[in-house]
Amino acid sequence: MNKMETMTGARALMVAMEKEGVKEVFGLPGGANLPMYDEFARCNIRHILVRHEQSAAHMADGFGRVSRKPGVCFATSGPGATNILTGIATAQADSSPMIAVTGQVPVAMIGKDAFQESDIIGMANPAVKYAFQPRSPDEIPMVVRKGFYIAETGRPGPVLIDIPKDVQQKEASMIFPDEFKIRGYHPWTTPDIANVERAIEMLLGAERPIILAGGGTIISSAFAELQSIAELLMIPVVTTFKGKGAFPENHPLSLGPIGMHGHAEANKMMTEADCVLAIGTRFSDRSVGTFEAFEKRLKIIHMDVDPAEIGKNQTTSVAVVGDVRASLRIMVKMLMQKAVKRTEENTWIKHVKETKEYWKENLKLHPGEMGAAKILRKLREVLPHKSIVTTEVGQHQMWASLFYDVIQPGTFFSSTGLGTMGWGFPAAIGAKVARPDVPVVDIAGDGSFSMTENSLATAVLEDIPVIVFLLNNFSLGMVAQWQRTFYNRRMIGVDQGKCPDYVKLAESYGAQGIRAQSMDELDKAIKTALKSDVATVIDIPIDPEEDVLPFVAPGTSLADMILPS
Amino acid sequence: MWAILTLLVENKPGILFKVTHLFRSRNFNIDSISVGVTDNPEYSRMTITTYGDEKQVEQIVKQLDKMIDTIEVKHLDEHKTVYRELSIFKIKLSNANDSMEVNKLANAYGGKIHDVRKDSIMVELTATPDQIRAFEELAKPFGIIEVARTGVAALQRSGA
Ligand SMILES: Cc1cc2nc3c(=O)[nH]c(=O)nc-3n(C[C@H](O)[C@H](O)[C@H](O)COP(=O)(O)OP(=O)(O)OC[C@H]3O[C@@H](n4cnc5c(N)ncnc54)[C@H](O)[C@@H]3O)c2cc1C
Ligand SMILES: Cc1ncc(C[n+]2csc(CCOP(=O)(O)OP(=O)(O)O)c2C)c(N)n1
Ligand SMILES: [Mg+2]
Repeated sequence: MNKMETMTGARALMVAMEKEGVKEVFGLPGGANLPMYDEFARCNIRHILVRHEQSAAHMADGFGRVSRKPGVCFATSGPGATNILTGIATAQADSSPMIAVTGQVPVAMIGKDAFQESDIIGMANPAVKYAFQPRSPDEIPMVVRKGFYIAETGRPGPVLIDIPKDVQQKEASMIFPDEFKIRGYHPWTTPDIANVERAIEMLLGAERPIILAGGGTIISSAFAELQSIAELLMIPVVTTFKGKGAFPENHPLSLGPIGMHGHAEANKMMTEADCVLAIGTRFSDRSVGTFEAFEKRLKIIHMDVDPAEIGKNQTTSVAVVGDVRASLRIMVKMLMQKAVKRTEENTWIKHVKETKEYWKENLKLHPGEMGAAKILRKLREVLPHKSIVTTEVGQHQMWASLFYDVIQPGTFFSSTGLGTMGWGFPAAIGAKVARPDVPVVDIAGDGSFSMTENSLATAVLEDIPVIVFLLNNFSLGMVAQWQRTFYNRRMIGVDQGKCPDYVKLAESYGAQGIRAQSMDELDKAIKTALKSDVATVIDIPIDPEEDVLPFVAPGTSLADMILPS
Repeated sequence: MWAILTLLVENKPGILFKVTHLFRSRNFNIDSISVGVTDNPEYSRMTITTYGDEKQVEQIVKQLDKMIDTIEVKHLDEHKTVYRELSIFKIKLSNANDSMEVNKLANAYGGKIHDVRKDSIMVELTATPDQIRAFEELAKPFGIIEVARTGVAALQRSGA
């Protein structure tokens, strides 16, 4: 048992967070969290001020995905707390570890419709992994300990800690626990060896096996294990969009993401496969099309840490519950023991490689100099492999999926489950705080960037030089594409005009703004941005009419791709 | 399929809210729910009855199990389970021998009579939901004024 110390709840929060290794917090103060803010003056945690609490949550999210430790955001009660809700829901949808600390009205005022009171625990309930509301200061050390543990173990997620103002202010004698027990929480299941064995048999027995790597592969950093298995068994690898870059996309066995906007070769091979090793994926409708069509004629081996994911959307033949890295390690070991190593290319692999080759040559791209594919391939060419990329949501995000190859695994992050416009830029800032040593680029659209562009203030004032790579089609392009495709070109509510001028906008914040209107200018702009010690916005005007293709319409199967005509 | 679920949960404020919210947000339905503290005051037991196909019920159980405040979640086999619900019926008395008839009916179902008035009578019936529904059908001709039901409480038989 640790020794007791007397201090306020607010102080205890800071001490407990320091013990968790927290070095940065993203937030914005208000009346109900002032006692906590006052403690920043007395601790070694850096406070990074945002201009809107939603951005603080996205920054914490970006930080968490990159560092795999919970990012922390702070907001006051009422509107401060409701402003972070979108950020919390985004983190939950993508299983990202996060701690959100909100101020609350004093205990005695709860339920009295006090000024800036909102029942944030009630509102956030379906969007958090867990929520705490300590009612007495001495609960805080344990709440923080448990909160971090819950956020980062098993399937990660956001944890909300809502602290009434008087609980922050009051003193109590505090014990900072090392040991604790949460009776109803068992985040890690040991993988069942017999099921791994069965999975191997099934894969070896399959004629056309494929690996589908999902977001869980990246969350558990199972990159080396995944690559060993693919190479030992010589099995082609597709990913979900969330799993993009779990496997080096320049690898001969890589086919890229499947799904609504998957690579043509990935969707083709996925529909032809007879057995899939699905690693850390929840089989979202965006990746599999219709559930029925996907599982037809397909044996599914599903590895996931969350037992509730097994059988939720797809019928599985073999399930291995546990951390995928642990499960894959067992699999690699068994393959080594059995001395399985395929070296001969069978007909399936030959067919896969031919298909890949075919689409490399034959996918029609935008003819202009500033077509999306050319722009993103240029970015790939100039950026060092270790660079971290985030994206916003829309066409630019899908073009990034199609044309920006991730070479070093785990360097690509996007809001995929909720698809939150405005996520990419603050998330890039959070990522850069976690990894100041590598370039961080937000592949952005004009609509999304508009939603959180005021984070430029944070990037400039807090010295966090990220790059916004803005594919500017002057419209909500993805919606425009749906209106062109499904609504007979009735364009409603998608035109953004030339407003604002993003170069001037950047400059007005003290950031660098560069417009790139040719490949030459783009090349120079990226290089300038990489050398800059201030945040840079590269504004790249593009054709508003360019579509993202291939496209699997909602409610149809991966076999029914709409291709460029 | 009708399913009886039993949940051992932390006896803390807000748990019932979270459980019912889960049903709402996952698009499941609650048929009945009953909650009470267990012999250990740290835990409560919830009994929830619900409808769904096998896959849906399995999902409900897994999602409930995933909740951090649930200690144990089980889908009970109704053939190996003692399950009962308490109901109270207020029944109209119109004719002279109605009172006797209702009495007989209540007896047949093991019910108890309460609060006998000139024009109404109350029957307390602890039985399975099926039996309660059957009783209700037979009581309808008299005129049912009000009904209150607790939802099912259930425990698995030992050795089952
Ligand atoms: C505009 C737009 C278009 C999109 N188009 C596509 C598309 O074409 N194709 C596509 O695939 N997606 C697409 N998406 C994304 C889609 O909505 C889903 O977010 C995505 O498919 C989910 O991928 P996932 O299941 O692999 O990952 P996640 O949602 O991250 O799920 C991760 C899974 O891994 C498990 N897990 C977590 N940690 C571990 C661990 N340590 N060990 C084991 N398991 C673990 C979790 O329990 C979960 O089941 C699109 C999104 C947007 C916004
Ligand atoms: C917060 C939010 N509101 C609305 C949407 C719906 N939506 C999806 S993509 C998109 C357009 C995005 O525009 P932009 O960022 O310019 O990207 P583009 O598609 O033009 O590349 C919209 C409005 C969303 N995903 N998120
Ligand atoms: Mg746009």
